[in-house]
Amino acid sequence: MRKIKHGKLAAGCADSCCLKLEGLSVQLQGERILQDVSFHLHCGEIAALIGPNGAGKSSLFRCILGQMPYQGKITFSPARGPAIPLSAPLTGYVPQAPSFDRGDPVSVLDFFTAATSRWPVFLPIPGKYRERAERCLERVHGADLLDRPMGGLSGGQLQRVLLAMALEPIPHILILDEPLSGVDIEGEHQLLEMLDELRTQYDLSILFSTHDFATLGQFADKVILLNQGVVKIGTPDQVLAAPEFYETFHLRLGHEKGGGV
Amino acid sequence: MRPFICAWGMKRGAAFNMEFWYFLIDLLPFQWAQPGQMFFMKNALLAVLVITPLFGLLSTMVVHSRMSFFSDALGHSAFTGMAIGALCGLSDPSWSAVIFAVIFAVLFNLVRRNTSLASDTVIGVFSSTAVAMGIFISTMGGRSFTRFNSLLIGDILSVEPAKIGLLALILLGTVVFWALSFNPLMLSAIHPALADSRGIRVFWQETLFSVVIAVMVTLSMTWVGLLVINSLLVLPAAAARNVAKNMAQYHLFSVLGAMLAGVAGLMTSYYLGPSAGASITLYLALFFLGTFFFKK
Repeated sequence: MRKIKHGKLAAGCADSCCLKLEGLSVQLQGERILQDVSFHLHCGEIAALIGPNGAGKSSLFRCILGQMPYQGKITFSPARGPAIPLSAPLTGYVPQAPSFDRGDPVSVLDFFTAATSRWPVFLPIPGKYRERAERCLERVHGADLLDRPMGGLSGGQLQRVLLAMALEPIPHILILDEPLSGVDIEGEHQLLEMLDELRTQYDLSILFSTHDFATLGQFADKVILLNQGVVKIGTPDQVLAAPEFYETFHLRLGHEKGGGV
Repeated sequence: MRPFICAWGMKRGAAFNMEFWYFLIDLLPFQWAQPGQMFFMKNALLAVLVITPLFGLLSTMVVHSRMSFFSDALGHSAFTGMAIGALCGLSDPSWSAVIFAVIFAVLFNLVRRNTSLASDTVIGVFSSTAVAMGIFISTMGGRSFTRFNSLLIGDILSVEPAKIGLLALILLGTVVFWALSFNPLMLSAIHPALADSRGIRVFWQETLFSVVIAVMVTLSMTWVGLLVINSLLVLPAAAARNVAKNMAQYHLFSVLGAMLAGVAGLMTSYYLGPSAGASITLYLALFFLGTFFFKK
């Protein structure tokens, strides 16, 4: 079922690599957040970023998004279309679900239009923006959410709206910060299947952080175990069976064949 | 030469517009609306109709981005600007107050960005410093504070046509600013990192917005009154939030509510004598109470 990847982890992958991180380090107020992080992310690949709290997952995302100063190199080369500046891959970002109050007078249509167009949303929103928002929400099977207030959405619905937003315009790289937290099992599977569908359809690279190891084997091509630096990188089976995985999460050895935790 | 011509032009323009306004008002069946008299009341009504939609508009974002404490602090700092202006012997200290409030707003945003302190703590630091400075300056040499009392209460009846023209210009500028900056501001308030990932300069947008509030609060405090000015920045949107389902409704209710309360407050002030600022605030409080029970 899984799509055949363009690139391999070997040295000769330069032609199809989407995102390359080389020797990425971040220091914040004298404190070392990330140390010498290197990995490649290929087109059409889903990579999961795991690691304990404070491992630097969010900081890594912020570096890729260009929101945080870093040492090292982040480069990007597209496998499709004409070459674009290294500094400007289109990155879609799905943040950890922002909290909306129940009474927030922001409808899904307001939120979507504000993020994807110049139309000031305090005025009634014209039909053409409405149709576009509907089309985009269709991609994540959420067209029926259009007039709902943001504060009234469930965790899974909110994630879908944020995902639809990150996909307009279709990015080269899609980054999701803990998309599975606050989502029930049903929503979790829907979301992951959607991601699988999207990378096949649009050939985009997907990087997401998660604490849910049970679904890794099913949906991720690559797992990156991060704890300040890259502790282990490989297929889900490789990483979840590695002693480093057990050490990092302080799990007792001897459960190596346990699979999901 | 040019500023002189400019000022003259504005005065001519203002005079012409006021003639037209008086003509319209004269059609109303009120006692004070009779031709040729009570110009202060007619001016005040026009001023209210310009100020209140402005506050209704700004209020939506103040509430949405949880800045009500900040706008309150700005009001306090505005008084300090007045005191500094008076100390420097300016005939119209409100301009020094505007400059002071703008500096206050920019500094506050800079400090907030570069600290790990919660923003209400930063506001507390700024606000108390500004107020203490204002009292220090205005009472230096054993002078009495009472000459600033009028600022605390405000007097809408003292508004002059030229100032109404200025406020109208600000209203126009704010509407343009709103059309350009509302989306970025809304997203920044919801999720700064998400806004940034969509190419929004969050810091500049927020700073610009607080500067607009600073200018507004300072310029209208003489007429609305320092003690109640923040209510105009909080209550209209707070009430509108109770019933609005989307951003368009939110703005509509907030602006309309502010305007209705403004006119009703001015009338109450005329017939019963209390301060207009306080009356407007009380009508807004009623507006809030009413919508609270009609909650969606």
